[in-house]
Amino acid sequence: MENYDLLNAIILLANFVIVPALSYGSQLALAALGITLVYAVLRFSNFAHGDLMAFGTMIAILITWLFQSWGLTAGVLPTALIALPFAMALTAGFCLLTDRIVYKFYREQKSQPVVFMIVSVGVMFIMNAIVRFIIGPKDRTFFDGEKFIIKAVEFKSYTGLPEGLSIKSTQVLTIVIALITMMMLFYFLQKTKMGKSMRAYSNNEDLALLSGINPDRVVMITWIIVGMLATIAGVLYGLDKSFKPFTYFQLLLPMFAAAIVGGIGNPLGAVAGGYIIAFSEVMLTYAYKKFFMYLLPTNLEPDGLMQFLSTDYKFAISFIILVIVLIIRPTGIFRGKTL
Amino acid sequence: MSGFFYCENLVGGYGGENILNDCSVSVNKGEISVIVGPNGAGKSTAMKAMLGMLKLSQGKVFLDGKDISNFSPQDRVASGISFVPQTMNIFNELTVKENLEMGAYLREDDLDETFEEMYSLFPILHEKKEQMAGELSGGQRQQVAVGRALMTRPNVLMLDEPTAGVSPVVMDELFDKIIDIKKTGVAIIIVEQNAKQALNIADYGYVLVAGKNKFTGKGSELLNDTEVRKAFLGG
Amino acid sequence: MIQRYRTHLAFSFMALLLIIVGIGQSWSVSIGIFNLCIISAIMAMGVNLQWGYAGLFNAGVMGFTALGGLVAVLISHQPIYEAWSVGGTGILISLLIVIVASFFIFYVSKNIKSVFKKRFFIVFVILLAVIGLGNFYGPSIDLIEDVNPAKTGFLGGLGMPIVFSWIAAAFAAALLAWIIGKVTLGLRSDYLAIATLGISEIVIAILKHEDWLSRGVKNVTGLPRPVPYEIRLQDSEWFINIIEWLNSSKLSAIETVSGKQDLLNKLVIEGSSIYVKLCYAGLFISVLVILFFLSQLALNSPWGRMLRAIRDNEVAASAMGKNIVGQHLQVFILGSAIIGIAGAMLTTLDGQFTPGTYQPLRFTFIIWVMVIVGGSGNNLGSIFGGFFIWFMWIEAEPISIAFIGLVTSGLDYGDPIRMHLIASAPHMRLFIMGAILLITLRFMPRGVIPEKVVRPR
Repeated sequence: MENYDLLNAIILLANFVIVPALSYGSQLALAALGITLVYAVLRFSNFAHGDLMAFGTMIAILITWLFQSWGLTAGVLPTALIALPFAMALTAGFCLLTDRIVYKFYREQKSQPVVFMIVSVGVMFIMNAIVRFIIGPKDRTFFDGEKFIIKAVEFKSYTGLPEGLSIKSTQVLTIVIALITMMMLFYFLQKTKMGKSMRAYSNNEDLALLSGINPDRVVMITWIIVGMLATIAGVLYGLDKSFKPFTYFQLLLPMFAAAIVGGIGNPLGAVAGGYIIAFSEVMLTYAYKKFFMYLLPTNLEPDGLMQFLSTDYKFAISFIILVIVLIIRPTGIFRGKTL
Repeated sequence: MSGFFYCENLVGGYGGENILNDCSVSVNKGEISVIVGPNGAGKSTAMKAMLGMLKLSQGKVFLDGKDISNFSPQDRVASGISFVPQTMNIFNELTVKENLEMGAYLREDDLDETFEEMYSLFPILHEKKEQMAGELSGGQRQQVAVGRALMTRPNVLMLDEPTAGVSPVVMDELFDKIIDIKKTGVAIIIVEQNAKQALNIADYGYVLVAGKNKFTGKGSELLNDTEVRKAFLGG
Repeated sequence: MIQRYRTHLAFSFMALLLIIVGIGQSWSVSIGIFNLCIISAIMAMGVNLQWGYAGLFNAGVMGFTALGGLVAVLISHQPIYEAWSVGGTGILISLLIVIVASFFIFYVSKNIKSVFKKRFFIVFVILLAVIGLGNFYGPSIDLIEDVNPAKTGFLGGLGMPIVFSWIAAAFAAALLAWIIGKVTLGLRSDYLAIATLGISEIVIAILKHEDWLSRGVKNVTGLPRPVPYEIRLQDSEWFINIIEWLNSSKLSAIETVSGKQDLLNKLVIEGSSIYVKLCYAGLFISVLVILFFLSQLALNSPWGRMLRAIRDNEVAASAMGKNIVGQHLQVFILGSAIIGIAGAMLTTLDGQFTPGTYQPLRFTFIIWVMVIVGGSGNNLGSIFGGFFIWFMWIEAEPISIAFIGLVTSGLDYGDPIRMHLIASAPHMRLFIMGAILLITLRFMPRGVIPEKVVRPR
């Protein structure tokens, strides 16, 4: 067994750090993309984004329950995946409605970004109330289907190693769906006329108007994309962990940290930022004791847990990374917008 | 006043103060009209007014015999007027090619031919078509800006101080390009600080003082007019 | 003239609402709401100082409030000598390490030019500090938390009168604000919002999990009061006499001696609760009045005028050579200090410190609603906003339950939809808050009592 120590250590890390961080990072990246798009096109920090995610997830859960009551399931996959497209459409519609009733007025007034930000606080209250009113503030799990792709026990018996690797299906689903979504989004932004006009509008609004780009259309498309992204991010997070409205509100901090660290207004930055925040959070709160026990000779084995920071403080990590990046490079890693 | 594109007796400004006090400008197809004048004479404002970006209390704008005074800027763009602002006139986070594409946003037909025309007019743009426009040099950026404006195949091209901040060599090059564009039958209006060079290529010149036409005439006439020379061209 | 009229009308309306509650529900409830209204008004004044005077978006009000609450515990609770003897030294050494490391980092970042060297030193110092803390901090907190964990398990406080904590809280909040401000105020305005949101979450996380400091989620209860206790009042001769005298007509209407005694007992119990609340009200009103006059003084001083000039046109102000970041730092610190005072007052009123109850909607964003609705840039507006919004926050629940009861009156009592709606009614208050905020922003963007616009003559 001695010879397999390195392998065991790597599997341990994969099991508790790499796979969870990849899936959490994908969720954060999708969420941060929504924030960054609102920022780039509508030019404000949307405090309601966490609650928008909760709203989209709630719709998905309600539809999932409906399908389940009909006996409609997706076999090994969670039923929520069938519900997802419907929830995305409804949430996008909800975004358009919010824009029509609330934000449009301030756009026509050419209000300051900070006014929009306060308005988004009002929207946050209302969305929060709607979600809690309909589905309640409690924890909900809506996952069904096959839970594991690889179980730790099976992995052990298959490889004969003492360290087991377990991969949850939701983790793989998250990563795959997030990758597909991001690829589609980037294709849309880089290759289609509509996507290019969105970038043009975000880059230079006056010139976009002079070129005949219709601002209302750009705003509409942006809200549709933001609603869909928020729903996907929220549902994936909810499947992987669980759905609780307050948790979604608390995601605001890592989400904004991801968007700002990557360079707010820059979609590529949002993706990078999402993974950076997720990996830092998981790596700095993981207790490395067992990892070092595999790698170091017995007499050097650590006494403590070898944990940098207790998981209670995971919010502090996104915050600290945010502050460090802001001090060293205020525009973020990929140069974002500076107002 | 008459011509393919013209405005007459414009009066207006921002807030309460009038910047334009009875100003008229006209241009014909395949001709260049230049607006010159001292700082604060309302040159750029006159151009903005023709584009519909200023509230007018008096005056009318005509395109091809049609009164377009009540058109929004977007509608004027759609009816064939293109404008190159003095600053922020490119999408610097988009590639050169995408800049041109955005210029043609309103067109639904095939753009290949227009792209070829642009690339033969501005060969450097072909060379740098995949590069971010913001990374180009000042002169190249002005070419992108003019190219973007030409993508709609406009009848009228309006340029607001296209040579501001570029070197004399680049300036001459730009003026050469503008003459090339004029030869394709576009009506061109230019607002310029470099009055001498601009009047040199102008078919028609307008000297604006305090928002009012002070001198009007053929470019060469104005250049030789002693009074104009004394007052505005430095002797 | 109109402005004056509006102010009077707004406050009369507010008084009317409280009187209606006093008559309709009970005076005890009404004065209870009034006390929290005052605390809310003070918080709103703090936020108004930052937002209304200087345009700073502080999304971390909750953090400063909770910090104020912690200070109340640390000032007023009796010290736990046993805990100090086992772990006090370790905690003090840890504190020393943190302070020394901070000073070193501060020194390095100010005085070493080479960026690489600077970063190297900073990382090195942080590593050293982490190792040092691992040796002193971890073991001592375990020792402290083991001291009688069911009752104490923390270091306790200084055992001073709790009113002192109101002043100490101002300084603690100011210190925290100084640190945050130093880091984020030079940056873009919305980064301040995110940074303060983050700080407040971290403050709450620390308070929830550092049991040695204030028992974490196990809460600290039974903090000493600055006002008399009800039970002691009920036994006091003079208090009973007052109640008897106040209600002499009511009492004389009753024939039997035992009946008289029963009623008197009831009245004394009710009266003692009202008396205690009135005592608090008296204390709080004096704080509010002092802070109001100081804020007004600041607003109308050259300093206040300069702040508003900066808020209205940053570019012009910086062109005139005004140090914008410096001014913003001052006002951020002052506003946060006021919020800290309110936080300590809140814990004083509650008599207990419960970190689990700090929620951003309740402690940060509601305060924002108060400022916006009241009228940003106007202290009277903030006070009105604090009163009105707190009143709505409390009364929204009974109103929503009544409303839903009315809407669902056609349904069966046991109908699942009706049950769900009634159970969800408390969440309607969030909806009402959002709606009030959005409606104000849309139709009365300058608030109920708008800022006075000073025009040059």
